[in-house]
Amino acid sequence: MRGLSDRAIAWLFIAPTMVLLLAINIFPLIWTIRLSFTNYRANRPNAEVVNVGVDHYVSILTDPEIWQPMQATAHFLFWTIALQTVIGFGLAYLIDRKFRGHGFWTTLILVPMMLSPAVVGNFWAFLYQPQIGLFNYVVSFFTGIPPSSFEMIGSVKLAPWAIIIVDTWMWTPYVMLICLAGLRSIPDYIYEAAEVDRASAWRQFWSITLPMVLPFIMLAVLFRGIENFKMFDLVNLLTNGGPGSTTEVVSITLKREAFEKWRTGYSSALAIILFVAVFGLANIYVKALNAVKNR
Amino acid sequence: MKGISTAHSVVEPTPLAKTVAMTLVILYAVITLVPLGWIVLTSIKSPPDSISYPPKVLFEPSVEGYCNLFTTRSRQTAEYIASLPPADDACERIARANSMVVVSRSNYAPRFINSLLIAAGSTLLSVGLGVMAAYAFSRFKVPGKDDLLFFILSTRMMPPIAVAIPIYLMYRELGLSDTKLGMILLYSAVNVSLAVWLLKGFIDEIPREYEEAAMIDGYTRLQAFRNVVLPQATTGIVATAIFCLIFAWNEYAFAVLLTSGEAQTAPPFIPIIIGEGGQDWPAVAAGTTLFLIPILVFTVLLRKHLLRGITFGAVRK
Repeated sequence: MRGLSDRAIAWLFIAPTMVLLLAINIFPLIWTIRLSFTNYRANRPNAEVVNVGVDHYVSILTDPEIWQPMQATAHFLFWTIALQTVIGFGLAYLIDRKFRGHGFWTTLILVPMMLSPAVVGNFWAFLYQPQIGLFNYVVSFFTGIPPSSFEMIGSVKLAPWAIIIVDTWMWTPYVMLICLAGLRSIPDYIYEAAEVDRASAWRQFWSITLPMVLPFIMLAVLFRGIENFKMFDLVNLLTNGGPGSTTEVVSITLKREAFEKWRTGYSSALAIILFVAVFGLANIYVKALNAVKNR
Repeated sequence: MKGISTAHSVVEPTPLAKTVAMTLVILYAVITLVPLGWIVLTSIKSPPDSISYPPKVLFEPSVEGYCNLFTTRSRQTAEYIASLPPADDACERIARANSMVVVSRSNYAPRFINSLLIAAGSTLLSVGLGVMAAYAFSRFKVPGKDDLLFFILSTRMMPPIAVAIPIYLMYRELGLSDTKLGMILLYSAVNVSLAVWLLKGFIDEIPREYEEAAMIDGYTRLQAFRNVVLPQATTGIVATAIFCLIFAWNEYAFAVLLTSGEAQTAPPFIPIIIGEGGQDWPAVAAGTTLFLIPILVFTVLLRKHLLRGITFGAVRK
């Protein structure tokens, strides 16, 4: 009496997960691909659906306007990743000095990244209010610039920085945590050997610490890259892409096309292009994951 | 050799380095917590105090924000209010002081409960499915295992807005629009990838010998899974469940596009709390504070497994 065979159990255990993913992820994905070749509009379900071939793809890829959201996304990606990596690594390095109570302070620092980006975005909109907001007040307290003389969210020049600041506030702890794991993975004996060879602290940092933490930093960068490429909730609530389309990252464009202009076919094509890009990044990401894992 | 054998290890930072590091880290922690502290402070301010300039740090605490969060009110004439019997609770008294009366309960409590139910339901489903799939991937030879695991992970990488378009259409056809069941299924599908990856890592760490010994003692594979592996994996299952809960609790993109009433969760609701003439910031802050408290608790509970959760099990430690 051995019950089910291992083979049967394996499939029995994997099948439900696969069914759920096929129903909620793959089936809709195929549907999106099909829609992307039509002029379907979700707010007019009874209108005649015409096959338009690859027209949407051609018009998206040749439309100079699509570069505006791409640029906004690239600007956002570049600065959030740069700031989070530098600050996150710095913090991890300091925490790794193992001073008393570092565990407690580390837990406190982690709090922002656990919160709902939408709720956080909404509240930062309050902090950024030009007259009453805390942010403008603090800036004016330290610099003397009158608090009502600048608007973080309302101005074309500052709005991209408004979202970068909030994202950095939220996600620096994430990079910090991964860097910290990297720093702690370096065995003490390497430093001891370097000490015996009379390598300076500076030299130890550049030839031991940094190279050994690098795979971890890469992992953090890739993950933040994928997440911020998809960025929606925070930006939607802070600036909603505005003013104008200054902070319109691709997800916001997609939302406007799909759920405000109801150009379902067109936005499906855009979604597919976006998905291919993320999928490419994800591929690299998994390779990096395995590289770190197999160390 | 003398230098190395002193009590102080060479890799131990000097006391000065420690003090400098501690000061900077504490400074960062304090700065980073100021916005959160401000949310909590704003939630106990009266509306005029919340929008005063310069921002007030010292003020008379008020429960008005919490009252406004949970009630809807309407403006009435002084004569009408004078004709009413004495107010029997604090919220009614505050409303009357502003020439208003409490009309009904607001939608915050139902939205909060929706968040709870949807988060709990999707967590149960995704962890339940995840632990089975993870066990199979951990213990058996599954053809194309790496590809399947990559496929499972890649579903999590899809931009939510891109998935939302066909889900919106599909749910409309199936009558799942704005239903809790629809949201539970959707969040489960998003979370199951995380659950499989995390739990596979945890189950990999349980020695196979335990089950093999149990099976020699006459257990079937399924009994060994239930009586040996599951109890051993409890910590991992709990940690994974908390990660799934947090995701579902915090999710906004799907919620705002696919729900509007019946199944709406708190994140799309909190930003649209408005009072007379614009946003009622103390009420928004109160709603935010209550919404964030469970997450603070979970963060503390999870701190040992945090690293693992956010890297899909890649970094253990």
